[in-house]
Amino acid sequence: MKYLALVYYQESIINAMTEKEWQDLNQECIRCVEKLSSSGNYVAGNALHPVETATTLRVRHGEVLISDGPFAETKEQLAGFYMLEARDLNEAIKLATNIPPARLGSIELRPIRYLPPKVE
Amino acid sequence: MTNSADPWTRLYQQHSRQVLATLIRLLGDFDRAEEAMHEAFALALQQWPRDGEPENPVAWLVSTGRFKAIDQIRREKRARGYSSRWAEEYLVPGTGENLDSIADDQLRLIFTCCHPGLAVEAKLAMTLREMCGLTTEQVARGLLQQPTTVAQRIVRAKRKIRDAGIPYEVPEAAQLPQRLGTVLKVIYLMYNEAYSASSGEQVVNVDLSAEAIRLCRLLQQLLPHADVAGLLALMLLQDARKAARQTRDGRLLTLEHQDRCLWDREQIEEGTKWLDWSLHNGVAGFYTLQAAIAALHAQAPQYEATDWEQICGLYDLLLQVAPSPVIALNRAVAVAMRDGPDAGLSLVDEIESAGNMARYHLMHAARADFYRRLGCRDDAIAAYEQALALTSQGPEQQFLQSRLDELRSP
Repeated sequence: MKYLALVYYQESIINAMTEKEWQDLNQECIRCVEKLSSSGNYVAGNALHPVETATTLRVRHGEVLISDGPFAETKEQLAGFYMLEARDLNEAIKLATNIPPARLGSIELRPIRYLPPKVE
Repeated sequence: MTNSADPWTRLYQQHSRQVLATLIRLLGDFDRAEEAMHEAFALALQQWPRDGEPENPVAWLVSTGRFKAIDQIRREKRARGYSSRWAEEYLVPGTGENLDSIADDQLRLIFTCCHPGLAVEAKLAMTLREMCGLTTEQVARGLLQQPTTVAQRIVRAKRKIRDAGIPYEVPEAAQLPQRLGTVLKVIYLMYNEAYSASSGEQVVNVDLSAEAIRLCRLLQQLLPHADVAGLLALMLLQDARKAARQTRDGRLLTLEHQDRCLWDREQIEEGTKWLDWSLHNGVAGFYTLQAAIAALHAQAPQYEATDWEQICGLYDLLLQVAPSPVIALNRAVAVAMRDGPDAGLSLVDEIESAGNMARYHLMHAARADFYRRLGCRDDAIAAYEQALALTSQGPEQQFLQSRLDELRSP
């Protein structure tokens, strides 16, 4: 099964880090990706720029509405994602436990839903 | 569940959970497994009186249920125009009504029903429904909820198990302690729901507490562990006092006023046995320490003979294992019995200043009792009034009211 692991944390925690702490965290994330890749559990993933760079859009009555920032005010912000290949939820939990920001914020695991076959 | 004289009901009660647990593994689907199990029992009802009971009824029921399900899957596939080969390919790997793993299937089932990825209400409803075999209506009655709410919760839980890929397995060794903790929490919650069904007139709902004890006994048999035995001991020792906890007219009695002749000695003996087992097979944890406290109460011939010294020592340990204001409050009550109500009062003041307990009626009730014993009538009345305003449970209200009446009458 495929799971999307959404990485959330409070950006204020990151902003309060020293340069070295921030670099160490990044290096730790790189090692985490390497480990997941070598065990065959890594499908895709990326880190994201802070939420202040986000743009939200909606389409209503055919009109595109664009606004600055995230749609909802939340305590934690989306910081990155991993697409994981795992046997089941137990394995996905085990893998996600090793994602470094799990210590700082939270990881949301979502099973991938496949769309139904295309109707010709 | 009650023991019925009807042999078929007994047969169902004896085997249905095992058969269901194995069919879920073989078929990979809760609803399909349940349907297959009912078909297997229906066929047994026709055949066994005529041909005699098979040597291994569980294996017979499992393989019959599995064949019924395969037939059903084939029919569905044909109806949809798919090749019927799919069903065979899908089901062949799950062969083997291997009896060794049949016992494990019940463990798999309880770990699946109590998976931490399910909400606590869902865990409780699924465990009662699938492990204990209660109907949705019985679960709803036990939990004082609407049957439609419980039914929806079960449907949603099964959907999450399927879609999120919650596996049907006993967790690996590294995850086991934590996951076992979740299972025990569900069982104890089940027991407590029964023990103090939140706002009813009758405090003890016998069915759910019996189910919790039965389930814990099964768990200890399948997965012997100090914490499992500790919880079993705790529930047995608490449950032993059931008959003495309330008067005929529904008034609540504290330990001090209970008629100890009404305590179930046989159950106390069994509880004490499991407590000893637990103490000899691991570090005394949250449940075992509470069971040890319950055992000391059970051993005291009268309230006055209670070993408060040892009970205080156990509460000190319990507070280290699981620091919480509720346990701190229970410790304060024990300390007040050992050192006098003054000591209890200052501990309750500490607990209150730590925060979060202002709305907990038992804290005010404890304080009121300390004031009463010190002869501070007005302070006691004020604290009882506060406690009374914060509880919605009939018998508890009556108890607090009667204490108030005593204090107010000159």
